Amino acid sequence: MKRFASVFAMIVAMMMLAACFAGCAAKGGDEPTGGAPSSQPAEPGESTPAADDGEEIVIGGIGPVTGDAASYGLSVKQGAQLAVDEINAAGGIGGKQIKYLFEDDESDAEKALSAYGKLMDEGMQVLMGTVTSDPCIAVTDESSKDGILQITPSGSAEACAQYDNCFRICFTDPLQGRSMANYMYEEGVRKVAVIYDVSSDYSSGIYAAFVDEFEALGGTVVAAESFTSGDVDFKTQLTKIKATDAEALFLPIYYTEVAYISNQAVNVGLKLPYYGCDGWDGVIAQLEGDTTNIEGAVYLTPFVANSEDEAVQKFVADYKAKFGADPDQFAADAYDAIYTIKAAIEKAGSMDNDAIIAAMTEITVPGITGEMTFTKEGEPNKAARVAVIQDGQYVGK
Amino acid sequence: MEFFEQLLNGLNRGSIYALIALGYTMVYGIAKMLNFAHGDVIMVGAYTLSVSASLLGISPYLGVLLSIVFCAVLGVVLEKIAYKPLRNSSPLAVLITAIGVSYFLQSLALLLFGSQQQKVASVINIPSIYLGSIELTGESIATLGVTIVIMVSLTLFIKKTKTGRAMLALSEDRGAAQLMGINVNRTISITFAIGSGLAAVAGVLFVSSYGFVGPYTGSLPGIKAFVAAVLGGIGSIPGAMLGGVLLGVIESFSQAYISTQLSDAIVFGVLILVLLVRPAGLLGRKKIEKV
Amino acid sequence: MKKMLNKKNIFTALFALAVYGLIFALVQAGALSRHFQSLLVPVGVNIILAVSLNLTVGFLGELTLGHAGFMSVGAYAGCLFTLNSTLPMAIKFPLGMLVGGLVAALFGVIIGIPALRLKGDYLAIVTLAFGEIIRSVVTNLSFTGGAGGLKKIEKASTFTIVFIVAAITVVIISNLVKSRHGRAICAIRDNVIAAESAGINVVYYKLLAFTVAAFFAGVAGVLYGHNLGILKPDTFDFNKSIEILVIVVLGGMGSIRGSILSAIIVTVLPEVLRGMEDYRMLAYAIVLIVIMLLNASPRFAALKNRLIHKSGKKAKKGEVA
Repeated sequence: MKRFASVFAMIVAMMMLAACFAGCAAKGGDEPTGGAPSSQPAEPGESTPAADDGEEIVIGGIGPVTGDAASYGLSVKQGAQLAVDEINAAGGIGGKQIKYLFEDDESDAEKALSAYGKLMDEGMQVLMGTVTSDPCIAVTDESSKDGILQITPSGSAEACAQYDNCFRICFTDPLQGRSMANYMYEEGVRKVAVIYDVSSDYSSGIYAAFVDEFEALGGTVVAAESFTSGDVDFKTQLTKIKATDAEALFLPIYYTEVAYISNQAVNVGLKLPYYGCDGWDGVIAQLEGDTTNIEGAVYLTPFVANSEDEAVQKFVADYKAKFGADPDQFAADAYDAIYTIKAAIEKAGSMDNDAIIAAMTEITVPGITGEMTFTKEGEPNKAARVAVIQDGQYVGK
Repeated sequence: MEFFEQLLNGLNRGSIYALIALGYTMVYGIAKMLNFAHGDVIMVGAYTLSVSASLLGISPYLGVLLSIVFCAVLGVVLEKIAYKPLRNSSPLAVLITAIGVSYFLQSLALLLFGSQQQKVASVINIPSIYLGSIELTGESIATLGVTIVIMVSLTLFIKKTKTGRAMLALSEDRGAAQLMGINVNRTISITFAIGSGLAAVAGVLFVSSYGFVGPYTGSLPGIKAFVAAVLGGIGSIPGAMLGGVLLGVIESFSQAYISTQLSDAIVFGVLILVLLVRPAGLLGRKKIEKV
Repeated sequence: MKKMLNKKNIFTALFALAVYGLIFALVQAGALSRHFQSLLVPVGVNIILAVSLNLTVGFLGELTLGHAGFMSVGAYAGCLFTLNSTLPMAIKFPLGMLVGGLVAALFGVIIGIPALRLKGDYLAIVTLAFGEIIRSVVTNLSFTGGAGGLKKIEKASTFTIVFIVAAITVVIISNLVKSRHGRAICAIRDNVIAAESAGINVVYYKLLAFTVAAFFAGVAGVLYGHNLGILKPDTFDFNKSIEILVIVVLGGMGSIRGSILSAIIVTVLPEVLRGMEDYRMLAYAIVLIVIMLLNASPRFAALKNRLIHKSGKKAKKGEVA
């Protein structure tokens, strides 16, 4: 066993050697830890073969395509791919074709940083990512040093847009929590029960903002139950809620758990109106259209798959044709992110990083998640829509 | 009233843990290895059921049979390829290999079926029983019944049949068993076939109760069942049953009456306390070390 | 101190210096791609984790599945210290590492106590349980930031610092296991009863091994946090402990050199496999299984021997256990 290590020394040496060659071939010499923040595009004209002739625009993507969060990353990867293919087929951005590279990060911050390093080696000029909040925050530190534009389609934690070069397409967690609190209070709900995922900052972020806002309005949260990612049995929490006088059930969680909860609520005899967040998108496909248990559920979303809007219809049809699945909100956000990048580059009129970032606040993107502009802080200005689930369909309200 | 409901919730959870723990404990007791891939075999069983129903269009009962056979064969094949060459290595080497197998099965499922969870129709046709306002679902009744039947028949199998006694001998002293003319390879293969077949049954009942299967469905129940097996005394078949049910009930009660947020910490805390008082688990036999 | 200055230690130090110089030169010359530059710190952190876990698993012979728990406690303690302290980074970062290490060591003592009573798989599950309890509690505390974790930690873990800390860890642990204490620890692994009857204080040495291992895991956690800039309770789950264990077993139990090499391989391998895209994790799993099987195969052992007899006389001399 011990000697075995020596054999591996050789293998490692070979791998390292290969890595060095790969390194030489790609872009060279940045400072090991940051150095001076260069606002210039990291000399793409000299050392990056891809951008050498200025024929291509390299857009990188990072997200989990393996591991527990894989479904989010895959949706983003595919949604962005669809947009890139459309743009390239229509002649690219200002005559240049997009080269779209996607790397896996398993929703792990450490892996996201090495994915980012690899993409920079390959001459990335704009980053579409990362998909999940935690890795996104870690990557923003690097991208802000490099000075490139970073747009996260779905990183909803506030810190995901902490630097000037970072923007996002989705809503922040606190914004969602507050919006839902207001909406529910206006609907006449005064006593509410919540089930949230204590191990997810997305879910607990929405929950915290919701409680503050709802109680400030004068409502009460009569039960706040939680679970940990991976749990599939919610009957205990539901039984507890049944014993309270809650008038509604707010679930700031993803659709996979919503599917479990809606089934088990029937078993324990709990019948309350459901309210949700944008993580609910996809719940109908998950339940294979059988929405009897969550009929009338209301949730906040920027994207409604069966909206009348022509662009949305085309997106849904094309996505289905290409990937054989219904697009969810992640795919829609990623699709919009690519078109946002296109609009920013066109507005800037060059591939200069500062110009592109400055252009972000001047553009208006007619996205499929709604028409949006961006603030200097990196937040999108777009209308939050409320969707209702009726007869196995999402209906915009 | 609520107390009774929560007890039922706990029993329902616990019976699934117990069922998975039975397979765990059996493989551990005889082959002396922690098969960390056991949870993922459950996932394979559930997918087999799902595929046989949706793609091949076989009736659910045939699907269950197919699932059991497929997993049993898979178990034997995995044992032959991945575990058998390591029979004389350290237990840790086997543990790491089992983890490798677990990653392998998960990634394969991810590639074959995608990351989306799939809805699987229940195969249980027993009507629910109503106790007042509480619904005791057919799935719960079936899970509890099947777990008890399996526990009893496994105990009988090991005590009464020739193969079973060979397994027992193997677990006591592998070397001596071999000298007595027991075919070690064959007996361990049978153990894996039964263990994985049990995992398939657990998988079928798991998806029937909860309704969905994904590539990572097996990992958390696998760990919980491992905890249950240790709590009851790993290697002991009634221990697995007891450990599983206890774990489910403790989980349910701590969520109901203490805190949902801290329930994981409470469950594991109880486990540590039990092991400090009874270092070999509740029904485990303490090994006396001879010098 | 005199003992520390023997020939072998000097040789090791020179070798480490040469490795450092080589990598530093490569980075300066721009020959190392950014992708691999970003792996330098994780490799160093994993070396510290693996070498320290090897002390309990390899030398003491107790299977623990909670190393990520120590790492987590240390990381949170150290990062909270640097976040809340107003001292300049050059002072508070080393202090933070010390704080992280000491807090983790305290937890090492607590977890070492059940280890006196339990063994084998039962100890494994208790350490796993401790790791999960720590994660659950950290998720629910407000000063650790809950599920969102700690943010805005200064990214102070440079390659140089990590290299130095890793080198110190390796030197301390390899000298510890070669010392009188180390021989006592190995004696406990080989036969507890015999060790006890030879007058070895089993309680003391078991706790010593757990505490030292936990200390370095805590230090590694602090480095980890200052590399990413954020900390999240999720990161330190059961799978992280398993990952570290895989490194130790792959490198060979009780072989520090092996742990170092295998930490490099396990960190770099998934990154090298990136070209395989969707098949990456599948390939990783297969490689893991194949390596374990090859390790146990007698024919491969013969091949290894032939290879090593040509090149590896020194490696044999350096073996510890």
